[in-house]
Amino acid sequence: MPVELRPTGFDPFAEMVRHQEVLRDQGHAYGATACFIGTMRDFNEGEPVTRMLLEHYPGMTERHLDQILEAARVRWRFLDALVIHRTGEVLPGDPIVLVSVWSSHRGAAFDACRYIMEELKSGAPFWKRETVEEGERWVESNTSGY
Amino acid sequence: MSIRVRYFASLREKMGRVEETLAAEGLETVSDVWRAVSEGRPLPEQILCAVNMDYAMPESAVKDGDEVAFFPPVTGG
Repeated sequence: MPVELRPTGFDPFAEMVRHQEVLRDQGHAYGATACFIGTMRDFNEGEPVTRMLLEHYPGMTERHLDQILEAARVRWRFLDALVIHRTGEVLPGDPIVLVSVWSSHRGAAFDACRYIMEELKSGAPFWKRETVEEGERWVESNTSGY
Repeated sequence: MSIRVRYFASLREKMGRVEETLAAEGLETVSDVWRAVSEGRPLPEQILCAVNMDYAMPESAVKDGDEVAFFPPVTGG
């Protein structure tokens, strides 16, 4: 269950294809794949945003994401998962996060993917600093996903 | 031996420093560490804390050699 932090841009679709090829070499146990891709918007709280910096806590961020995946795997018994998250400078349209889950049946894939994403949003140590017309500001909280 | 204290994001800017090292003597909990670095102020309710890269509570114990971190609510994803 790889967790990766990326300091530069990535293509989430290509990453999923690459990871699924590895899984395919191990057999065809997966019948369901669910994914969530988070992309940077060009607005937030009613204002245009031109750029964003993503800070994290090296060591704790990876550890916390691993713990989320472990908890999800215990609960849903899926086959594999892939999480990639950007760090550093991000521009509108850039992918920020990919969560992908492979399982035998769709229930586990959908539910585990949602769970991992919501836990990441509420607990993984990342912080966004965005550039708006008046300058830079820290994003103070994430909106609820439900 | 000592305790390493780290700050992130807006709190790092407010503190004006990235990290510092404290003598562990007399520091028993995360709250004690916060008071030692903030001139005795109480830990703000919204500030999150971690000990050795695991989330902790203000009353969580700290010991020599620990890394304690303080940071604002997280906004990843």
